[in-house]
Amino acid sequence: MTTILQTDQLGRNFGDFRAVDDLNIGVETGEVFGLLGPNGAGKSTTIKMLTTLLSPSNGTAAIAGYDIKRQPAMVRRVVGYVPQILSADGNMTGYENLLIFAKLYDVPRRELKTRLTEALEFMGLGEAAHKIVRNYSGGMIRRLEIAQSMLHRPRLLFLDEPTVGLDPVARKAVWGHIQELRTKFGMTILLTTHYMEEADVLCNRIAIMHRGRVVACDTPAALKTSIESEKGEVVNLDDVFAYYTGDKFAENGSSTYRDIARTRRTARRLG
Amino acid sequence: MTSQEHDARPAVSVDTGLELSGLEKWAKAVYSFIYKALVVAEMEARKVRRDPIELIMRSAGPVFWLLVFGQVLNRARVIPTGELSYLDYMTPGILAQGMLFTAIFYGIATIWERDLGILHKFLASPVPRSALVAGKALSAGVRAIPQALAIGMLGMALGVHINPNPLALLAALLVIVLSSALFATFSLIIACIVKRGERLVGINQVIIMPLFFASNAIYPISIMPAWLKVLSHVNPLTYTVDALRAMMVEGGHSQFGIGWDILILASITVLFNLIASRLYQRILT
Repeated sequence: MTTILQTDQLGRNFGDFRAVDDLNIGVETGEVFGLLGPNGAGKSTTIKMLTTLLSPSNGTAAIAGYDIKRQPAMVRRVVGYVPQILSADGNMTGYENLLIFAKLYDVPRRELKTRLTEALEFMGLGEAAHKIVRNYSGGMIRRLEIAQSMLHRPRLLFLDEPTVGLDPVARKAVWGHIQELRTKFGMTILLTTHYMEEADVLCNRIAIMHRGRVVACDTPAALKTSIESEKGEVVNLDDVFAYYTGDKFAENGSSTYRDIARTRRTARRLG
Repeated sequence: MTSQEHDARPAVSVDTGLELSGLEKWAKAVYSFIYKALVVAEMEARKVRRDPIELIMRSAGPVFWLLVFGQVLNRARVIPTGELSYLDYMTPGILAQGMLFTAIFYGIATIWERDLGILHKFLASPVPRSALVAGKALSAGVRAIPQALAIGMLGMALGVHINPNPLALLAALLVIVLSSALFATFSLIIACIVKRGERLVGINQVIIMPLFFASNAIYPISIMPAWLKVLSHVNPLTYTVDALRAMMVEGGHSQFGIGWDILILASITVLFNLIASRLYQRILT
């Protein structure tokens, strides 16, 4: 196993608030790595730093050997990113959405058509390709966004809450596609999620973040076993999460009004 | 680290540029810059095509200026416009006004794209920020073209003496696109600083009137008091109108020289692009 992503004391402040606190995580090539944690734990901030959208206050990270601070342009070439919020353009067709991004990512012109068809077929959007995205269902939009982010064959794909706001059927469909991305294209995937079931099904390893720090990092099975041996009862991943992050329903002051408005809006538009 | 093992993979055709000479590298970068900016503008064109109602709405405001304000002042003959009739004189100004009012609000589109998430995806792509900004600026130009054509045609219907030379009219259209890019980039700069749509609108309310009235759009600079003359000379809209008047109206002439007008507009656009590219990412936080 080789490491494709390694963070080194990565940290970010917003004023007095320490959103990410000296993060040290490593992601192995070919795995699905889950970043879990309550709202405001620092997951999205971490992803924004790793995709070079936000500069770190301290520390750095290397992706495929490129430093996010010193070689941001190279990092942008090797990563793909599906933001938590809606990111497909509703006023174009699915095909057009992909076409624009393929051109921006320098997909060779002679490969353009095959690459687009392949991505659309792979994500099960072949028939809807020439429909306006505004009329897509939430699950279709998510699949389109994933299709968009795989066009340039990223080595590392960031999915920020890929199934937020989806109904169970659409969610399972997205899970299937994420697993296939890994098996068929050998992509390494780093995803964040609030759904423990999702982490259990998809992730080889998970890191639980709380108040900007990683409080636990292992395979889902190993995490469960360690809590089981401590508590002396059978637990699921929800229990593991609650164990490390305290009462997960506790008031958390770090999730801002704007964050919540965004999540709700995403959920509404996708739902 | 591990990058060597994977570099053989048929990924994006990333040319590392190691074997290229300095000049080739430079030419390639310029080509890539223009190509990427055009792709961003292509996106806008694809969307505009499906949205004819918005285009009609955008032409409505300037049309009323020509129909109401223009008709009244054309009769009153209170503004000294030389050999041109007042309607001939003001048509390029109203064209510039329509362009200005559209472009100056263009930053809002970027704020919406930020709220949706589209912008995050663009900024996480390897496209240089300046090419993204130039693309957005050109997109505003894309929206300005049909509006300009509508105003021009209405002007003709009202009896404005439009220059019959197609090359001059094409040049006028290019001046519209360039000016649109200038004001849209300016709007983008404000958007990156204030970060919220309401604030951008508020600031625009304050600056849009001075921009329009402290210019040669609807009356000549020569009749202004001295301090306003100074303001008019630093107002880019003055150079837009000056070039348009010489290009699109029969018998119209330029006060500053068309070449000078275009040079000023282009230089300011480049300067704004440099500033906006530096600020672009700030809009996310």
